[in-house]
Amino acid sequence: MAHNNDSWGSKIGVILAVAGSAVGLGNFLRFPGQVATNGGGIFMIPYFISLLLVGIPICWAEWTMGRYGGAVGHNSTPGIFRALWRHPASKYIGILSITIPVVIYMYYIYIEVWCLSYALDYVLGNMRAMSAAAAPGQDIKIYEAHFAAMVGAAANGFPGGRMMFLVALTFFLNFFLIFRGVSKGIESFSKIAMPLLIVIAVVIVLRVLTLGAPNPAMPERNIVNALGFMWNPRVEGASLWTALLNPKLWLSAAGQIFFTLSICMGVILNYASYLKRDDDVVLSGLTASAVNEFCEVCLGGMMVIPLAFMFLDVRNVQLDSTFSVAFTVLPTVFHRMPLGDMFGALFFAMIFIAAITSSISMLQPAIAFLEEGFAMGRRLSVTLLALIVSIGALIAIFFSKNLLALDTMDFWVGNFLVFVLGMIQIILFGWVFGVERAKAEISKGAEIPVPRPFWFVVKYVSPVYLLAIFAGFCYDKLAGYYKTIFQSEDRVAAFVLTFVLAVALFFAVLIWLAGKRWEEKHPISEEDVIP
Amino acid sequence: MTIAGWIMMIVSVGLVLWLNYYCLSRVLRTPKSEKHMRAPLDIDTHDKNT
Repeated sequence: MAHNNDSWGSKIGVILAVAGSAVGLGNFLRFPGQVATNGGGIFMIPYFISLLLVGIPICWAEWTMGRYGGAVGHNSTPGIFRALWRHPASKYIGILSITIPVVIYMYYIYIEVWCLSYALDYVLGNMRAMSAAAAPGQDIKIYEAHFAAMVGAAANGFPGGRMMFLVALTFFLNFFLIFRGVSKGIESFSKIAMPLLIVIAVVIVLRVLTLGAPNPAMPERNIVNALGFMWNPRVEGASLWTALLNPKLWLSAAGQIFFTLSICMGVILNYASYLKRDDDVVLSGLTASAVNEFCEVCLGGMMVIPLAFMFLDVRNVQLDSTFSVAFTVLPTVFHRMPLGDMFGALFFAMIFIAAITSSISMLQPAIAFLEEGFAMGRRLSVTLLALIVSIGALIAIFFSKNLLALDTMDFWVGNFLVFVLGMIQIILFGWVFGVERAKAEISKGAEIPVPRPFWFVVKYVSPVYLLAIFAGFCYDKLAGYYKTIFQSEDRVAAFVLTFVLAVALFFAVLIWLAGKRWEEKHPISEEDVIP
Repeated sequence: MTIAGWIMMIVSVGLVLWLNYYCLSRVLRTPKSEKHMRAPLDIDTHDKNT
């Protein structure tokens, strides 16, 4: 009996660990912003199609390829690609899988600071004081102004002393945890924090769903119409099919799926490489995806998007940033809840912890590469990376006008490059690694069987799906983006992209040097193919 | 909220809840699943404090 209890405790521990790793800023902050800026309910169609056709397949592919790479002796993503595809160029795919998480880290950490700042505002009673000063029904204006002032959205420049102190504190906390390699400690803590976050989020969703029409002067902005904004598959002023023909909609939806599942950014590939050969990858990957989707669609989406409709009228306003929506509208519901300050403080504190568990893992692919490619110790690798991400984070913080630098990084790296890497990986898995080898590899230790249609999807549907979106986006949008970025008077976006390119070139050179070392010391031969 | 919207919401939320029920019940029912399942941050990267 005692043994049974231990076993159940361990199983629940596994579920909590999976949930803790899966939940991050993407669920509660990025997803609602993506829905709001991409037309509401129309976004949900490509979103769910992308989850089924590319999200879950690539999740399984990454776990499988990573574990295989580890068995061959590689933990870094350039090494894993080298093991999967015996071609001199294969390791350079690693440029993407290292650059992407490093650049995402640069702005992700700043959003962690926003969460910490909001949690402190609730603890100190600042939000209550602001709400009390607002005219009835006008508190949203105060929250908008507060958020804009906090991030410095009016003009470029560093924010005030308090924010810079919190930036320094968050950086210190992140790098202390990474430097000491104590991710297991924070993970144990997140096993308590994540269930608490989910309980708090359920309470908030219930309150949002019972708000009715919060502004009596505008009864049409009620909860039913708000849910309609999130779920009605249509956009105003265009037919369903016209709206669905927009390739950016599909790119953003697939990008959000990749971002939220932490796939196509090297993280899962790297962690999976440390698995044992008989560790399960199928049920682990699917459970992480399922819990993640619950937090994203049923909690994050159902709380923030209705609020954005009721208080901001997101159909008719130009939103500053994907991430700003949640920060602007969530205080409205805390203001209308019993113990709202406590819920606000706990919610943002838990999001902060969830974000830290994600950001810790983001630097792991680059750390593993520096360790494996140059025999660097963990501390030296982390120090070098701290220098690089500090420069990028300061760029994201300084160019704060309309959050342009942050949004540029998020769209071109968090969406576009992630999408490109997903496309390459699924082709690598289905065509280069090959379906027969993949079948044998994925089934090792699998706790559930992989559905048969999966293999057809991986080989044909997912690559065609991603290539079609990519071709459509390049044909329809790329020229326009080029003009907006490189021919406009505001050079911030161009500067940010040049910086991202410089980071990618830096890693390209390192991969070239590491590749030479590997060829000398660890040439991969056909004997290395694991049966 | 249109009828299509209600259908979208019920099907989507239903799918997500069913997927969670399926996965969590499989984790709990499968013997020794806790020995073979890993979350990323639970995985030892073998490079601590070097």
